[in-house]
Amino acid sequence: MRLLREAYYIVLEFLEMLGACVLFLMRLIRLIPQSLLRPRLIFQQIFSVGGMSLVLIMVSGLFIGMVLGLQGYNTLNKFAATSALGTLVVLSLLRELGPVVTALLFAGRAGTALTSEIGLMRATEQIAGMEMMAVDPVRRIVVPRFLAGVISMPLLVGIFNAIGILGGFLVGVGLMKVDIGAFWSQIHSTVDLHEDFMSGVLKSFVFGIATTLIAVFEGYYAQPTAEGVSRATTRTVVNSALAVLALDYLLTAFMF
Amino acid sequence: MKQTRTVEIVTGFFIILGFIALYVIATRATNIRAYGDSNGYNVTASFTNVGGLKVRAPVTMSGVAVGRVTDIRLDPKSFNAIVTIQVNGAYREIPDDTTASILTSGLLGEQYIGLSPGGSDTFLKQGSQITYTQSAIVLENLIGKFLSSGKATSGGK
Repeated sequence: MRLLREAYYIVLEFLEMLGACVLFLMRLIRLIPQSLLRPRLIFQQIFSVGGMSLVLIMVSGLFIGMVLGLQGYNTLNKFAATSALGTLVVLSLLRELGPVVTALLFAGRAGTALTSEIGLMRATEQIAGMEMMAVDPVRRIVVPRFLAGVISMPLLVGIFNAIGILGGFLVGVGLMKVDIGAFWSQIHSTVDLHEDFMSGVLKSFVFGIATTLIAVFEGYYAQPTAEGVSRATTRTVVNSALAVLALDYLLTAFMF
Repeated sequence: MKQTRTVEIVTGFFIILGFIALYVIATRATNIRAYGDSNGYNVTASFTNVGGLKVRAPVTMSGVAVGRVTDIRLDPKSFNAIVTIQVNGAYREIPDDTTASILTSGLLGEQYIGLSPGGSDTFLKQGSQITYTQSAIVLENLIGKFLSSGKATSGGK
């Protein structure tokens, strides 16, 4: 009986959070046109959200591509099908690994920074101060960060994928001596522009909205204490990861 | 002042890099060349069995890719498969008595359409139909035939 009641409260809590998140998103969307009038704020945030994640994304992309090249080669070699290595690397990057891994890294690198920044603003009563000055803190602080995250995410995924393909190419062609012509011609004949590339971009867009929304939501509604901010930061990472993986399954089921 | 300039430069660099990456992937690592050949023309061919032929499968002549399969439908009257082929605009002078056959690259590879040229003086054009076709060879039917013919010969002895 107790177990049932606890499950009931967990479900209720989840629904409450989901609803609050969606309502917050509505509020953000309503304020987007106004905050587009001040693009400078958005660009500054693109720097701290996207630009600062650049090195992390590039290094991880390189290593993931190289691992794909290595593992793919070892497995494909058993079937004498190493010419399909390029297809394997590009398809797995474009369709799954690129958007998902970038979103997870993004949540860890930029999402936590957003949450703790906004949470600390609330804890140090900067947000209350803005309200006193009749400046809407959501418009001034939250919306530019949200937009910056949504813009940065597809670009980061693009960079991640490009570097990952380069990594796979270096290992496959450079180290394992897969034929360079077969590598690229297989890619050109199998990877579809709409089905594979565009759906990957769409995925990254959705993940960008989800991770940034969770980050700013948790920060804005964080308890204004040191402990509250740290809890909110943890929740950002956990919830973003869960949201990204669940959304990934749903989008894959719908699109492919 | 110097601080904001660095911020601006890194931001601009990041955005440009992102778009370049997306562009390079789209143009270099996908089949973008199969799209947007506005110069090409469409011909149809009817097959009794297309086997595992898929949309966007290559169409070759003497091993050279000359077009792509753009559509596969079932003719509701004859119950034949109608395959629409888009031929590249560069190949305008293909005889209209050309034979189209569905072939397989390798034993387990993808299926594609091979064209073998005829000797006619008139050429295929937009909307024309390839009359001579050879359907896909279905491996199961072949094995079935082989087995039954083996039985027949051993039974005759």
